[in-house]
Amino acid sequence: MKHKFLSILAGLLLFTSLGVYAVPEEDRTALVNHYKQIFPNIKFEDYVYGALAMNPEAKEQYDDVMDFPPYAYDVRQGGVIWETPFKNGERFASCFKYEGNNVAASFPYFDDKTNRVVTFENAINDCLKLNNEKEMKYASQEMAILTSYARSLSDKAKVNIKIKSPGALAAYEKGKQYYYQRQGQLNFSCATCHVDNAGKFTRSEQLSMMVGQASHWPEFRAGTEPVTLQGRFMQCQKNTRVNVKEPNSPEYNNLEFFMTYMSNGLKMQTPVFRK
Amino acid sequence: MNATSTLTMSLLVAMTIINPVMAADAEVALDGRGLAFDKNKGNCLACHAIPNDPKAVSPGDIGPALIGIKSRYPDRAKLRAQIWDATANNPKTSMPPFGRNKILTEAELDLVTDYIYGM
Ligand code: HEC
Ligand code: HEC
Repeated sequence: MKHKFLSILAGLLLFTSLGVYAVPEEDRTALVNHYKQIFPNIKFEDYVYGALAMNPEAKEQYDDVMDFPPYAYDVRQGGVIWETPFKNGERFASCFKYEGNNVAASFPYFDDKTNRVVTFENAINDCLKLNNEKEMKYASQEMAILTSYARSLSDKAKVNIKIKSPGALAAYEKGKQYYYQRQGQLNFSCATCHVDNAGKFTRSEQLSMMVGQASHWPEFRAGTEPVTLQGRFMQCQKNTRVNVKEPNSPEYNNLEFFMTYMSNGLKMQTPVFRK
Repeated sequence: MNATSTLTMSLLVAMTIINPVMAADAEVALDGRGLAFDKNKGNCLACHAIPNDPKAVSPGDIGPALIGIKSRYPDRAKLRAQIWDATANNPKTSMPPFGRNKILTEAELDLVTDYIYGM
């Protein structure tokens, strides 16, 4: 009897938790469908190209640049930093599963023990700390250059963010709330531009769709200026007169978690060139 | 709010009340068109084409083209209200509330309204 009761209870819990965790996947499907309507001719896998996917001519120029990327030297430098042993003889690879190959696609993840979103950049700094090395500043040039190499070890892996606990769901919801909340004097939310007006032009800039935005960082803007994803959040917020948050703030980490979940299933590519 | 910032605020408020002429003088560097084009002011071109003004180049297309405005808005006050706070008509609009959020001063808003009214 007691057993039966317990198994019913377990069944109920499973049911409710499945119900709860269905929300992110429903959100993602709805958003993808929204973009499919706006862009019936753009393939899902091409969403990673953002605004370039909407403009064949610009995409052609991009492909030419990507054949001989102006940032190749920086990525090699990133590789040198990644490979150079710490003072204690350990290396970055020792901190990651599979020596860091194909792992970046599961970042950020939610860590229930510390109750926080862990970005790939957090894992880099955790590794430095563990090995008594100086941590890097978030969104810094140094971090962007190292991760331009470290994330490239996951090229072609598909973004695979999981939401498996109440804490993870709460972080996701906070990120989502931040994304849709109107802010600042101009009263824009991120969604005003990248959801409601995706594909439209502000002056001569065509607005990218949010799905696919989180899968290719850092970027080299103008070919040589390395920018991390959270650095890009700050640029959009500055441009729209919103008070920026600190890189690695809970707001940005939750936002990154939410946005990266929305890119689930798309192929990673690091780094890329952008205007 | 702490005491200093309250004091600063009230000083600022007092200054604008006591000396509206000075405040206005400092602002009238741009005319209606200038304010509509300026990225730090109206920046209407970010979202709207203004087909009847040949100087209105490389506009965005988030909002409708601003053309035939007098027939769309026989009442100038309604046009001004749309620019003052577009969310009153459509809470989901992408258009910033230029008056309500003080992106433009009331005087600037009048200049922009007159310019758009003629388009
Ligand atoms: C008023 C318009 C506007 C708002 C609001 C806005 N952005 Fe953007 N964003 C742009 C434009 C323009 C670009 C450059 C063209 C493009 O890639 O969409 C851009 C680019 C980006 C990119 C880079 C895409 C890529 O592949 O290079 C990211 C990421 C991004 N925005 C995120 C955000 C986030 C997060 C917010 C809110 C915190 C936000 N944006 C708010 C206009 C906006
Ligand atoms: C970020 C985008 C954006 C900016 C900047 C913007 N608008 Fe708009 N505007 C819109 C949209 C979108 C609409 C469509 C109506 C709606 O959304 O409710 C609109 C509608 C209008 C209308 C009503 C047109 C009609 O036919 O009913 C007027 C007039 C107008 N805008 C004037 C302006 C002026 C003047 C400025 C600059 C001071 C400006 N707008 C800046 C997005 C914008």
